[in-house]
Amino acid sequence: MSALPSHARVVVIGAGIVGNSMAYHLAKLGWRDIVQLDKGPLPNPGGSTGHASNFIFLVDHSKEMTKFTLDSVKQYKELGVFTQSGGIEVSRTPERVEEFKRRITSGKAWGIEDMHLLTPRQVKDLVPYLNEKIILSGFYTKGIGTVDSLRAGTLMREHAQKIGALQTFANTEITGLQVENGRITWVETNRGNLRAEIVVIACGLWSPRLARMAGAHIPLTPAVHQMISVGPVPELMDTIGEIKFPIVRDMDTNMYERQHGSDMEVGSYAHRPILWDPDDVPSNEQAALSPTEAPFTQKDFDPQLEQALELIPDILGNEKVGIRYAINGLLSLTPDGFPILGETPEVKNLWSVAAVWIKEAPGIARAVAEWMTDGNPEIDPSGSDIARFYPHQRTKTHVNARSAEGFNKTYGIVHPREQWASNRNVRLSPYYEREKALGAAFYEAMGWERPQWYESNAKLLDEFGERVMHRQAEWDARWWSPIINAEHLAMRERVGMVDLSAFAIFEIQGAGALAFMQKMAVNQMDTPIGRVTYTNFLNEHGGIKADLTIMRLGQNHFRVVTGAFDGARDKKWLTDHLPTDGSVTLTDVTAAYSTLGVWGPQARAVLQSIGETDFSNQAFPFGTCRYVDFGTLQVLASRISYVGELGWELYVSFEQGARLWDMVYEAGQQFGIAPVGIGVYGTTGRLEKAYRLYGSDLEMEFNLVEAGMTRPKVKAEDFIGKAAYMKQRETPPAALLCSLTMDDPTSSSGIKRFPQGREPILTLDGNIITDARGRNSYVTSAGAGPSLGKYILMSYLPPEYAKVGAKLKVEYFGERYPVTVAAVGATPLFDPENKRIKA
Amino acid sequence: MNILICIKRVPVVGRKIQFTADAQEIDTSSMGFAISPHEGCAVEEAVRLIEKHGGAATVLTLGPVEAEEQLRDAMAIGVDRALHLQTDGREFDPIATANAIVDAVRADGTPFDLLLFGNEAADTGDYQVGVRVAHALGLPCVTGVTALEIHDGRATAHRQVPGGVEIYEVALPAVIAVKDGINFPRFPSLPGRLKAKKKPLVTIEPTWQNGGLQKTSLLNPPEETHQVVILGKGPEAAPKVVDLLAELGLL
Repeated sequence: MSALPSHARVVVIGAGIVGNSMAYHLAKLGWRDIVQLDKGPLPNPGGSTGHASNFIFLVDHSKEMTKFTLDSVKQYKELGVFTQSGGIEVSRTPERVEEFKRRITSGKAWGIEDMHLLTPRQVKDLVPYLNEKIILSGFYTKGIGTVDSLRAGTLMREHAQKIGALQTFANTEITGLQVENGRITWVETNRGNLRAEIVVIACGLWSPRLARMAGAHIPLTPAVHQMISVGPVPELMDTIGEIKFPIVRDMDTNMYERQHGSDMEVGSYAHRPILWDPDDVPSNEQAALSPTEAPFTQKDFDPQLEQALELIPDILGNEKVGIRYAINGLLSLTPDGFPILGETPEVKNLWSVAAVWIKEAPGIARAVAEWMTDGNPEIDPSGSDIARFYPHQRTKTHVNARSAEGFNKTYGIVHPREQWASNRNVRLSPYYEREKALGAAFYEAMGWERPQWYESNAKLLDEFGERVMHRQAEWDARWWSPIINAEHLAMRERVGMVDLSAFAIFEIQGAGALAFMQKMAVNQMDTPIGRVTYTNFLNEHGGIKADLTIMRLGQNHFRVVTGAFDGARDKKWLTDHLPTDGSVTLTDVTAAYSTLGVWGPQARAVLQSIGETDFSNQAFPFGTCRYVDFGTLQVLASRISYVGELGWELYVSFEQGARLWDMVYEAGQQFGIAPVGIGVYGTTGRLEKAYRLYGSDLEMEFNLVEAGMTRPKVKAEDFIGKAAYMKQRETPPAALLCSLTMDDPTSSSGIKRFPQGREPILTLDGNIITDARGRNSYVTSAGAGPSLGKYILMSYLPPEYAKVGAKLKVEYFGERYPVTVAAVGATPLFDPENKRIKA
Repeated sequence: MNILICIKRVPVVGRKIQFTADAQEIDTSSMGFAISPHEGCAVEEAVRLIEKHGGAATVLTLGPVEAEEQLRDAMAIGVDRALHLQTDGREFDPIATANAIVDAVRADGTPFDLLLFGNEAADTGDYQVGVRVAHALGLPCVTGVTALEIHDGRATAHRQVPGGVEIYEVALPAVIAVKDGINFPRFPSLPGRLKAKKKPLVTIEPTWQNGGLQKTSLLNPPEETHQVVILGKGPEAAPKVVDLLAELGLL
């Protein structure tokens, strides 16, 4: 065995499908001097790849995951290791029959073709050994298939070796990762140490252990997925190759049946969540099979036996067909179900590519390799960015609670607004007790409990009557209340107060603060003190990295305010670009301030009755902020709005928040103030104003021109992404973000239906719309516009459709509804002249 | 005919075995358990004999509450009923084990024609229990059996010995301790598994006694080192493979 080199540009830890894909893509992008290490032997080092069921279903409601999967299938095909078998999800309940319509809709939104709903008879024609009498329907996707992931890994590894980019060392255990000045420096192994510029942790369920060696966190947990393999099956004996019948997913029992040669594999996600600790996973030497093929626990699988037998009686009921193999296969689960990708926030040059399944590994590896190369992955991995986690989300308590809760939803029908039940009440604003008393329906935002609406506002339903736009369909009304729309109308007519304490807040201070903010932000940051600027951060390629507001509080002092869902990522982006000379500091003051928004025509009157300052338009114009005394409280009032109304965000020290709430609530009574939830702030209020939401309407794949957010002028100072942005401004956009309204939401069954987001926008003929850059048009945001009496959708449309008055369709649960383009770009549907904000 | 099979629940270990801190037990926290391999063959042999000659098979184990899994495993491939001598965590040495089995056999009252054992348990390797039970019940006993036939109330048992085969014929009832290789145990079918859940299982509280053996500690043998020689890659390696096969006497 050759000796370990003393130095490497990149060390990839792990030789499963992820590590091999990483080595391959880095090599392909020109990286050299890559060293791959694994403590196990090759080609199967003993991780999850070795026992994977290796089949790939294409449709996921997440765009990001579907894109990774589609790219992976393309790569597996190129490697010659993909066998297309087709796949069918079968339903046993009416709810699942409906869910399949939604799945087809998502598939269309992400550009998947050849999907069909099948009758039980049609399912039987494709899978003759299946008992069609117990199913209600099938959802068939032609492009589904199986892969040989070990072979794929070997091919990719060998390619990288052949072009001289990679050396691989198996049976080499990492014993330590050394960090100096916040950067990874040394990799220590049982065969010697090597200096590494960059380390990529790609070792699946062992990743948390490796990260810990460097003082970083990869918040995942090993968990059991039970699988048995039965055979030899007479019906499958004449199969040439691996598979000839479509793979069946028995969604309502959380199981699958997949042919593997003359055997049938039956897997389950139905059993109790069985979580392991990475430290308890045995070594290759200690394990009877492999470290990740844990002993089968029969009792956990027993209830599934009968359900499997019901569906596949001919094969599984054959007494001559034996259970030849049964394992508790270990795989990686994360607290939100998404992979964990990117450079760790704790250690520079230490990257994570973890919690990645076979179906998405090569696609993810390509994206991460591109990210490492020039910061610009073609598929936006923001949803999987390791920097998304806040500290509490990295704890074992959180990881285990959410992973366990998520496990049984693997095949679940999960509503887009569905809330987690476990590990709640972690981050509470100072208004929490007040809100609770007002009957708040709390929804979670990265640990924060935020009122989505208040039951105490139910009285407003009578006042606004039909204007609250009731929803007739249970799905549309799930995790929703008409009270949201009533709160919206109360705010528009009078005034509302909104808890915004979940904002992430960063202080940027120091002699270099202005130069730093200029470098980061698209807008001119050399503004007068007391100016509030709504701006974006771009990456070098002009992709949108962040969408936030910045207050200038002093010559060398800026306060950055961003959303809870983006805060941790934005913090890393800022921190990564801080000058190394110490001339700028970033302080996370999220926990120091609570924020209360007060908006509506009466907002000025409410604040004027408390605050000892002049809130008039002349004295306190839009886009400015200043300190104001509210009795004994010193409050930073900032006159901006995400709901399109006159009003202020009030920032006060956290421990004084409750008093601020009481002051505003009491003073507001005579003006008819209503506590207003995030249902208004995050959806109805902003949609009427065409305000964009990062992660839904704005992402790296779209640019500011396409988003309709081009500023009239470009500042003279340089900023990240400026060159790309200049070029984007000169190029006709391939798509434009538009506001659309539903014309007639009446379904074939006569009830009104309202899309909830992520549905495809189609031509009048029902064809998928694709822009010049190959992106499909889909609903980026959806919600009611109670003040307009319209239901609003946002979508990027190619220029030929991005015209006011253009007629299109939206598909929702298998039906198509007429929609009209109501505005192109950032023009709001409500108060297009922005008179209210500036009132 | 009536057959009793005595089995033991043993951990399924890898190449390297981890002990508890006091070196008294195997650390089984990440391990699975199975019927000790020779006894798995005894179960298969019993099922085949019943299939051929008719009758009923009973499986017995002495072990902790979890050992029910192994009893169900045996019933999943065709054994009819189970006796569980449920232990309370104390270790039963071969004398105590044999006595507990003898008590249970007598109490059960079934006139067993054949009592099948594994030649030795995979974990403790005492080689004693079958012999002691035979002695206590006054039955003939053949150990190390790799082929077994039953005809006219007699058993013919083959036993591999260095340089040949010993063949014994004994009158039933008899005790036979079988070895791996006597058969290839079948895998349970899914219906078999489901049926096993409903088959009768009787739990018995065995009497513990101090058999006299005292365990000092467990030790791992020195690790075997492996030398991997790569013969080559692709078609060029073929002659070397042929040479090696010849050297091993396989050609």
